[in-house]
Amino acid sequence: MLPFDFDYFKPATLKEAVDLYRDLDQRGKKPMFFSGGTELITLGRIALAYTEAVINIKDLPECKVMHVSNDQLLLGSTLTLTKIEEANLFPLLTKIASEVADHTARGKITLGGNICARIFYREAVLPFLLADSKVLIVGPEGKKMVPINEVFKEQLQLKKGEFLVQVATETRFIGAPFIGIKRRQQWDTGYPLITIAALKLGRELRVAISGLCPFPFRSKELEASLNSDKPVVSRIDEALSKLPTPILEDVEGSANYRLFVLRNLLSDIISAFGKS
Amino acid sequence: MKSHTILLNINGEKRSVIVRSGDTLLYVIREKLGLTGAKPGCLNGDCGACTVNVEGWPMKSCLMLAVEANGKKVITIEGLENTPIQQAFVENFAFQCGYCTPGFIMNCHSLIERHPDAENPLIKEWLESNICRCTGYAEIEKAVKSVLRKNQSRE
Amino acid sequence: MEVIGKSVIRKEALDKVTGRARYTHDYHTVPMLSAKMVISPYGHAKIVKIDTTEAWKIDGVRAILAGKEYPLTGEAIRDRPPIAFDKVRYHGETVALVVADTPVQAKMAADLIKVQYELLPVVNSPSQAFEKRAPLVHENLGKYKKEEDSHPVPDTNIATHIKIRKGNLDRGWAEAETVVEANYSFSPSDHAAMETRCATAEILPDGNIIITTSSQAPFMAKRLIADYFDEDMGKIIVHTPLVGGAYGGKAAVQLEVLAYLASKAVGGKKVEVFNTREEDMITSPCHIGLDAKVKIGADYSGKIKAMEIRFLWDGGAYSDKAIDLTRAGAVDCTGPYNVPNVWCDSYCMYTNHPYAAPFRGFSHSELSFVIERTLDLLAQKLKMDPLELRYLNAIKPGNTTPTRVRLNKSNVGNLQKCIERVRDLMKWDEGSLKEINERTVRVKGVSCSWKTSTIDPNAPSGVILTFNRDGSINLFSGVIEIGTGTKTILAQLLAERLKMDVDKIHVRMEVDTQTTPEHWKTVASRGTFMAGRALLEAAEDVIRQLKDIASTVLRAPIEDLVVAKGRVYLRDDPTIGIDIKDICYGYQYPNGNSIGGQIIGRGSYILRHLTHMDPETGAGKPGPEWTVAAYGVEIEFDKRDFTYRLLKACTVVDIGRVLNEKAALGQVMGAMSMGIAFAGRETFYFDELGRVLNPQLRTYRPLRYGENPEYLVEFVETPQLDGPYGARGVGEHGLMGMPAALGNALSIAANVSLHHLPLIPELIWKTKEAQK
Repeated sequence: MLPFDFDYFKPATLKEAVDLYRDLDQRGKKPMFFSGGTELITLGRIALAYTEAVINIKDLPECKVMHVSNDQLLLGSTLTLTKIEEANLFPLLTKIASEVADHTARGKITLGGNICARIFYREAVLPFLLADSKVLIVGPEGKKMVPINEVFKEQLQLKKGEFLVQVATETRFIGAPFIGIKRRQQWDTGYPLITIAALKLGRELRVAISGLCPFPFRSKELEASLNSDKPVVSRIDEALSKLPTPILEDVEGSANYRLFVLRNLLSDIISAFGKS
Repeated sequence: MKSHTILLNINGEKRSVIVRSGDTLLYVIREKLGLTGAKPGCLNGDCGACTVNVEGWPMKSCLMLAVEANGKKVITIEGLENTPIQQAFVENFAFQCGYCTPGFIMNCHSLIERHPDAENPLIKEWLESNICRCTGYAEIEKAVKSVLRKNQSRE
Repeated sequence: MEVIGKSVIRKEALDKVTGRARYTHDYHTVPMLSAKMVISPYGHAKIVKIDTTEAWKIDGVRAILAGKEYPLTGEAIRDRPPIAFDKVRYHGETVALVVADTPVQAKMAADLIKVQYELLPVVNSPSQAFEKRAPLVHENLGKYKKEEDSHPVPDTNIATHIKIRKGNLDRGWAEAETVVEANYSFSPSDHAAMETRCATAEILPDGNIIITTSSQAPFMAKRLIADYFDEDMGKIIVHTPLVGGAYGGKAAVQLEVLAYLASKAVGGKKVEVFNTREEDMITSPCHIGLDAKVKIGADYSGKIKAMEIRFLWDGGAYSDKAIDLTRAGAVDCTGPYNVPNVWCDSYCMYTNHPYAAPFRGFSHSELSFVIERTLDLLAQKLKMDPLELRYLNAIKPGNTTPTRVRLNKSNVGNLQKCIERVRDLMKWDEGSLKEINERTVRVKGVSCSWKTSTIDPNAPSGVILTFNRDGSINLFSGVIEIGTGTKTILAQLLAERLKMDVDKIHVRMEVDTQTTPEHWKTVASRGTFMAGRALLEAAEDVIRQLKDIASTVLRAPIEDLVVAKGRVYLRDDPTIGIDIKDICYGYQYPNGNSIGGQIIGRGSYILRHLTHMDPETGAGKPGPEWTVAAYGVEIEFDKRDFTYRLLKACTVVDIGRVLNEKAALGQVMGAMSMGIAFAGRETFYFDELGRVLNPQLRTYRPLRYGENPEYLVEFVETPQLDGPYGARGVGEHGLMGMPAALGNALSIAANVSLHHLPLIPELIWKTKEAQK
């Protein structure tokens, strides 16, 4: 139950959604696109989110696609994480997505909702960062297809009135060897202490990390260190010296402990890929 | 449009109800439809006590706006009658205070319907969504597995 | 015995699996108003100004309660304003209450109340509170009204100080060759019952005050509200339907007071206060924290000679039940061991934390962690097997407790037998540590506990039995069905005693203080014991009345009659008898003459020979009997990452007598699960302003399905002669040894001594790092 009133719209087309947003924004309604809506509901009830107009894009046909065509996988932004998990078209994504929140909640949380979330873990973005995916964004200036690594800087850089429609991923990344590990403060449930996704492309190791900083990231510098010819320990030392800041220090764990955990995770990933 | 008339297909009955945009499905089924089986435990999607079934899937009804459920098929605990999972909960002492029970049963029921062949990892993945504070989960495990086993031996 | 020991299905089982079971908030109806709180965002601050102007502009607002001085509340010391006045003393404290037509309107208005605060220095731990120049949480501690046995020290943060002085400590140390000493601490945490607390109140034109509350203590709510607000006790009627989990947290009287004040503010209309999860965690009372220091000395053989203990309990901002928790911790301070020389100082400290309610185990899981971890340190120093050390020192009949109660076979169970069963079940003799590979080890830890129930010496329990005309019986008891199944067990006891079908016994689940006989509070594992005794007395009363009338009808002496299977009949010729249904409402002769009348059974129970404790030495008998238990935990530990998985958890408890097997197993396993979560994950995290950083179930995490270990539970049965059919209390005991057993296993696994909770991998890592 949200303690504020808002108008609720369910446009039938992308264009209608975009136009609605512009119109509502001009009228000062602080409009919000809504797909799973779990964040509006959970943050809104404790006064951390507010809107006077909700535009539900969940059933827009373009946002619901899920298919493999030629050499790419298209995933709509309003697919629920459970749907993506059950279809299992991108195993690394399945692995990472299947540890977000809990199973029932994942039946409501959507791919786009997770990637564009305010709660900063946004773990579902990790596989796409590794796979150089492209995102289809629609907005007042029309549609655009952009490499995710260009528009995802800590968060998806959406301009006012834009929203994520689809993510396209080349199939060659989908078949590559991968590792996904979520480490929590304790046992099997809760937010991540660190979630790490890794992909091996030929000799190249790619990693993307959530939970270490107040945003998920993939860092070329860090990967360069991990892919150097030096001994494993030096590679990891060097990688750890190139982390973005700040390192989180919160109820899930201290910054130093996170670094301890990350060091071991990197070592495990290098050794697992070394063997394969 | 801050309020809406929505049509729910709830427990096999068509019910029309006026809701605010900001009302959750949980609030509406409890306060407007009088179905108090689904429980508010956190109103934040964390505990699972309010779990119902929407279009065949378990759903935390506190995480869904009632307007989103317009036209959808919703089953609450009141819509289950003498199902094997309810009997199994009784026989296995799978609850104590009973507050989490409707949500747990709705989640188990959905699991059994969708995955009659579910094994340990899948059962764990699904049932992690609900908190039971009274039992230590051993009895719930027994209950859900007893139903799955019966299903599997029948096939 | 036909019914006792059987796993009889709970009387309310069908309601609970069909959604028909109703809890307090399920009675929310449309003409009811809703109240929402504004809570303090800070741990300690002066309230400078409260502005309600904007809030009043919301449609449907009927009253706003804020900035007014109401009578002080609190059980042991009247130190708590029901709505903060002048200053706030903890994060989450109620600052204002808005009453409106709907919950949405109330919430909208509450969000618009502007409160201006001026921060005050925060007392963020009991140790800090104990320091000489610590800021004061209560400046007027000396002026509060209090119970006789609360001992607040004015101009300090000490709410009470309980002393145990047994034997001669100097002699003890002189006899001790090996001495260990250690400090421990852990923060407050929460009960996290799935049903958040809820109360409604309505004041009728005739002055009757009708309260409905999710409580373990409706009779206490009645007494306290009468007392706090000078109301007529008989006009207060408190209803409690089914309660969705409580674990001690609903024994405190808190929301009822707010609901009462809210209703009063709107001319007596019915008002509901329903906690959000966040409010339930921090505004309503929580699980107590502790800082402790313990020193144990033993002779060369391992016999414990002396213990010196200091408990600084984190009672939080208000003393309420923390005073009793402080006392209970002192009463059983040594754990279940025979210790001739004991010195314990148990202090209830005021801090700027949420205040404490009882928590399943009532101080005993907390003190057990402290004592049992230290015992493992002692075993290590003595180079002795930790289970052997416990066996050697186990409390036995003939020993005395810290408060000098002499024990006998009946009032203390058989701890050594529990230890032996744990040894077997845990395969302890195969060794406590097993290498799986170079990174992984499997490790076991053990612990023991005991507990008596330090309830009010004059706490009552009563039962009334009435008949239906078909001979079936209605059972009325003031025990609340909080999930323990006690009312089903009462039905079993009655079925056993009257040798009748348990399905013919109808249990009234809801309690109301006007028509249900009082059961003091549904706490302290006293339900079965005390209500069971009252029930048995009521059953005797019924039997006497049945025989009385049957003896006239059958023209036979009372002594020759038997009551069983719905009949009263002759002992030597069961064919001669009469159905109970024909006499339970009197007997009518063929000509119409009638004798007897409606049979109403009554029974009551009060504990015998309890005494207050001597304020200087602690000597006294604060509880009736001790339940003892032994525990084990087995984990798989990763030596590089310091992560671990729970494999097995074991509890062997001397239950006296198993009354309902599956229900008893369920109580013990459920308590173990809670103990493991408390030990391994649950805690409040505070910032420097005393704010709780994790007041939601996504950041405060009880155990989830599949995280639990395999449970190994067994019962030892040493009858408690005063208990119904020999039964002892058992609701809390599965929990009490878990933190210590897990702490002991992890300390062995990581080869480091762990002194804090929760036992998360980061704690182990930190402790290892500090050792480097």
